[in-house]
Amino acid sequence: MRRLDFKRGRIDMTHGAGGRASAQLVEELFRAQFDNAWLASANDGACFAVPAGRMVMATDSHVVSPLFFPGGDIGCLAVHGTVNDVAMMGARPLYLTAGFILEEGLALADLRRIVESMGRAAREAGVSIVAGDTKVVEQGSGDGVFITTTGVGVVPPGVNPSGDRAQPGDRVIVSGTLGDHGVAIMSQRENLGFATTIESDTAALHGLVEAMLAVAPDLHCLRDPTRGGLATTLNELASQSGVGIVLDEQALPIRPEVAAACELLGLDPLYVANEGKLVAICAPADASRVVEAMRAHPLGRRAAIVGTVAQDAHRFVQMETSFGGKRMVDWLVGEQLPRIC
Amino acid sequence: MKYIDEFRDGATARKLAEAIAREADPRRTYRIMEFCGGHTHAIARYGIADLLPPNVRLIHGPGCPVCVLPIGRIDAAIALALERRAILCTYGDTMRVPASEQLSLMKAKARGADIRMIYAASDCLRIAAEHPGREVVFFAIGFETTTPPTAVVILEAARAGIPNFSVFCNHVLTPSAINHILESPEVRGLGTVPLDAFIGPAHVSTIIGSQPYEFFAEEYEKPVVIAGFEPLDVLQAIRMIVRQLNEGRAEVENEFTRAVTPEGNAKAKRLVAEVFELRRSFEWRGLGEVPYSALRVKERYRPFDAEARFGIGYRSVPDHKACECGAILRGVKRPQDCKLFATACSPENPMGSCMVSSEGACAAHYTYGRFRSRAA
Amino acid sequence: MCLAIPARVVELLPGEMACVEVGGVRKDCSLALVDGISVGDFVVLHVGYAIQRLDATEAERTLALFAEAGLAA
Repeated sequence: MRRLDFKRGRIDMTHGAGGRASAQLVEELFRAQFDNAWLASANDGACFAVPAGRMVMATDSHVVSPLFFPGGDIGCLAVHGTVNDVAMMGARPLYLTAGFILEEGLALADLRRIVESMGRAAREAGVSIVAGDTKVVEQGSGDGVFITTTGVGVVPPGVNPSGDRAQPGDRVIVSGTLGDHGVAIMSQRENLGFATTIESDTAALHGLVEAMLAVAPDLHCLRDPTRGGLATTLNELASQSGVGIVLDEQALPIRPEVAAACELLGLDPLYVANEGKLVAICAPADASRVVEAMRAHPLGRRAAIVGTVAQDAHRFVQMETSFGGKRMVDWLVGEQLPRIC
Repeated sequence: MKYIDEFRDGATARKLAEAIAREADPRRTYRIMEFCGGHTHAIARYGIADLLPPNVRLIHGPGCPVCVLPIGRIDAAIALALERRAILCTYGDTMRVPASEQLSLMKAKARGADIRMIYAASDCLRIAAEHPGREVVFFAIGFETTTPPTAVVILEAARAGIPNFSVFCNHVLTPSAINHILESPEVRGLGTVPLDAFIGPAHVSTIIGSQPYEFFAEEYEKPVVIAGFEPLDVLQAIRMIVRQLNEGRAEVENEFTRAVTPEGNAKAKRLVAEVFELRRSFEWRGLGEVPYSALRVKERYRPFDAEARFGIGYRSVPDHKACECGAILRGVKRPQDCKLFATACSPENPMGSCMVSSEGACAAHYTYGRFRSRAA
Repeated sequence: MCLAIPARVVELLPGEMACVEVGGVRKDCSLALVDGISVGDFVVLHVGYAIQRLDATEAERTLALFAEAGLAA
């Protein structure tokens, strides 16, 4: 069989049919890029020893459009996303699986670029992609590629971050600047047409989490503010824990360009997605130690305490504005759309 | 951001607020209506009401063109896309406005309607060029700020002879709405809702200038101060209003001198006059029929008038019986006075115009200020 | 209703267009509604159109008026 033409070739229905073409795609692309013993054994599943202790499992589907954006692509996003979900449970990520739904007509060159990026992201994160699946759908049924990743990891004893553990008095910490990813994606949407140097912040955060747990193993909450931004994540946590949260507007780290882009589109950076940031809620006594540890890590240089957990039966998330007044930071209503009014 | 950040400085805001507190006469109340969605938003987002003395009260007027768009007009837009299979181009603000039969533009899109969100009116012409076999309709909404861009695209379409493009025109006029409020029985005759002054809209005024407001100041003897878009502008305008009321003056003053002149933007006004003419009457959601308050495409540009092109009829659809939007828009009631507020009616499930867009009085209060009334 | 924002003109483009900049973000906009705009001017940008030129002198004057509020006692 002729080798895959990565220059001009395209995905067609045979690649998902389970026959020779499928096998060739797996062999020449996925296995070549992900390169590990499990995939080399060419079985339908991967077998590994179960470490002692507690395990974490998480899954994520990625449907981002465009597939390639400043700072990343759907491939590394898929790896980082699930690595981060596992890391937000305080666990060290070990193995990932990757399911692909490919649209008929997708250029093999694009697919290879995505898969290369996934392989690189996985190696950098110290995880192996050990099993996967590929299906092909007819043209028009998908946005080029949809990727679902599932990850497993192991949690050290004494580590138990959970959304229901925030307590009045706790401090709210973010690991860095807000809204970068969402703005980077939007800058690629042709009809919004603005140019910026902002790049997606997509990154694997488990190293940062480890550094934080080293100085404060009993972090109360950890979550990554992806879709819906920081505001949505904090509302989730407040709701789960039955508390209120009060943010300090002036403490929020936001790049001027991100602020400007949000102004132009009529968006609130608090609701814009992040893919390489985390929110941590910890006991007040631990806060400065945790921030210090974060700032010593490359992914936490702009870490900051941005708020406090309060007693509040209404479970409101509020913010003290630079004017000294207060405003609500409510749940997102539907999808945040650029507005004219 | 230049000319933005300086106008948002917190320390200066507090000084302006202190000046207002000093100058406000404790023996009277100052009731000031702001008539601009941008002002509603700034007031809510920066908590300006928190900074004012209790006898200086801000009332939200019908400053949001999305909120005052009647359900029947949205139904017509949805029908254009769903039934007539046109590509409907719209600004993001209208996507979630609920219309009849539990539909909205967003929901119609899920049913297969080709509805495209655009940022600039010129995007429509690009879409029309890309789809020569389809009809492309621009769902044009907005006050005088947004009307000139619509005029520009119609003129461009006419010049280029674009055969598959038209505009469903829902542009409305600011002075008409202010007039309608001032003419309403509560305000004019009975005096039950004393409105002492207006904060004039920011960007509408860059187009129409400060001159059109002279009429209100003279006829109703109420001061109008045109304010810029930023919170410091709003505070300074309030200060200027307080001064006028203390001194018994009723003049048009301009705080937003960096963008507003007496005449406004002559070129923009000329282009609008070339393309549009006044409708004798137009229904405003929450206010009913308002005379000479809206525009339609002139006969000369009929091929670009979607209402003519598609033979669009209009069916008026009333709001929920318990909806108090009409009273809220006229400043007679507050959001929290409405039985539906934050119960049946919320931003996720808006029942009336004031909750529909983030500029609406109810939406702004829900998003930014709701906790205050709960605590109270 | 008026989400409009002051933006600095960084380049004039053919077809009555300009490239403008806000806080480091660049965007193209139409100059069809204004006359006599030069590079370095500030315009008020609304839905992809410059709707008015921003008068820098007046802007400074307004800011000075704000500052004056803090001096009176």
